Amino acid sequence: MIKFDDVTKIYDGNNVGLQNVSIDIGDGDFVFLVGPSGAGKTTFIKLILKELEPDSGHIYINGRDCTRLSNRQIPMLRRYVGMVFQDFRLLPNKTVFENVALAMEVMHTTRRTIRRQVPQVLTMMGIADKADKFPSELAGGEQQRVAIARAIINRPQILIADEPTGNLDPDTSWEIMNLLDDINRHGGTTVVVVTHDKAVVDRMKKRVVAIDNGRVVRDSQEGEYGYDD
Amino acid sequence: MIKALGHSFKQAFVQFFRNRGMTLASLISITAMLIILGMFFFISVNVSFLTESIKSQFDTIEVYLLDDTTSDQAKVMIESLNAMDEVESVQLITKDMAMDEFKERWGENAYLLDGLGENPLPNSLRITLTDIEGGDMTAAICRTFTGVEDVRYYKDEIDRIIKISDTIQRGALIVIAFLIVVSIVVVSNTIKITVMSRRSEIEIMKYVGATNWFIRGPMLLEGMIIGVVAAACALGICAALYIRFCESFGEQVNVMFSTDLVEPHFLIVNLIAIFMSLGVSIGAVGSIISMRRFLKA
Repeated sequence: MIKFDDVTKIYDGNNVGLQNVSIDIGDGDFVFLVGPSGAGKTTFIKLILKELEPDSGHIYINGRDCTRLSNRQIPMLRRYVGMVFQDFRLLPNKTVFENVALAMEVMHTTRRTIRRQVPQVLTMMGIADKADKFPSELAGGEQQRVAIARAIINRPQILIADEPTGNLDPDTSWEIMNLLDDINRHGGTTVVVVTHDKAVVDRMKKRVVAIDNGRVVRDSQEGEYGYDD
Repeated sequence: MIKALGHSFKQAFVQFFRNRGMTLASLISITAMLIILGMFFFISVNVSFLTESIKSQFDTIEVYLLDDTTSDQAKVMIESLNAMDEVESVQLITKDMAMDEFKERWGENAYLLDGLGENPLPNSLRITLTDIEGGDMTAAICRTFTGVEDVRYYKDEIDRIIKISDTIQRGALIVIAFLIVVSIVVVSNTIKITVMSRRSEIEIMKYVGATNWFIRGPMLLEGMIIGVVAAACALGICAALYIRFCESFGEQVNVMFSTDLVEPHFLIVNLIAIFMSLGVSIGAVGSIISMRRFLKA
């Protein structure tokens, strides 16, 4: 599903992003990506989303070589990769419904389909009653649910969450993680979670890939966080 | 495709009203620009019409005949002139005809001419030239005829007028080009501010897989709407000003240059086409320029 084959990305000024990284994330996997700040986790995500070009190596997404994509193809790639961020990235002047609908509008989905599917996803996320609220009226956990709803509404094969619980209290974090786990289990969506949340990682017993200094230093099934930060 | 257009239109109108302040600012600047541009257009077209009409009025040579020239002598002159390539036609203007023309030109003051008693005007030949370039030679030949009192030919004056009008037109063109560039910069700045304020929105749209055209479309249309509205405003103001100008000064211009100002309707119809196409392209180019940077990847 996501495959990095000997990928290297060095930034200007010899800052190492990733160095000779090979990772294979299979269909329907749930993977935690851990490691200290600046270790290369963000570079990993940016490479998947084609915000960056690798210096060498190959990146395959859904079996397709995505190492080189034209600007025109990038939006198509992003449509089957859902993104969730630490800061939620919701549009403050749009309602919950509109925020989720945006992801469908960019694909020119008909209004009727949007009106049918958005409430379904909001129900799945347990925030059906918040459809007409603005993000500022919601608690952090609820905002993240909206963001997840937006990320999965187009049924992407891959869901990438960048520190999804970084701004949330432990209980809410746990709820959000369970939601992601649900999406992985029931939807068969491949989920990659970048996190610093030791408690969550240790408790979930999922595959853990640790990156440090631009290299994969550990890759263990049912792993633990393994750092003391 | 239709759906994409629908989205663009909806968003463009929403943005148009949501950014009222900036929209108004660029609307006013483009309108002002177009009005000035329209003024130059009026000047330029009128000058060119004036020159043309002066040219056509003065592509004639007046040959004044001595009073004792016989009609046979005049006939010989007319025949030899008609034989020349440079001459299109020769008309004999008798004393009486000349007086009638004079009276007509003086209009309601013509009664003053009645006091002259005997008609002081000479018989004359009016030569219409095929080409203004042959004028000097024809005039010189006329001077050699016997029975000719004087030859009037205004080539130098015409040349000067043509030169002045060329200069005015060239100046107008430069000013117009400059104004177009300024308008584009103004629109692109307006849209840039829009883009800046919507930066996070654009980023998010890109994360959910929006194509560049999905993002660009509404802003492009927004620019074009600004352009069209500005064009409509400028058009109304320019048309009103020109019609007023024609009403107030049309007669004076006629007396001074013995030719009318260009018909308002004719000019305004042209102005509609010019303003609309300019407005739309200024808006479109302005927004494309301002977005290029943000939509690279």
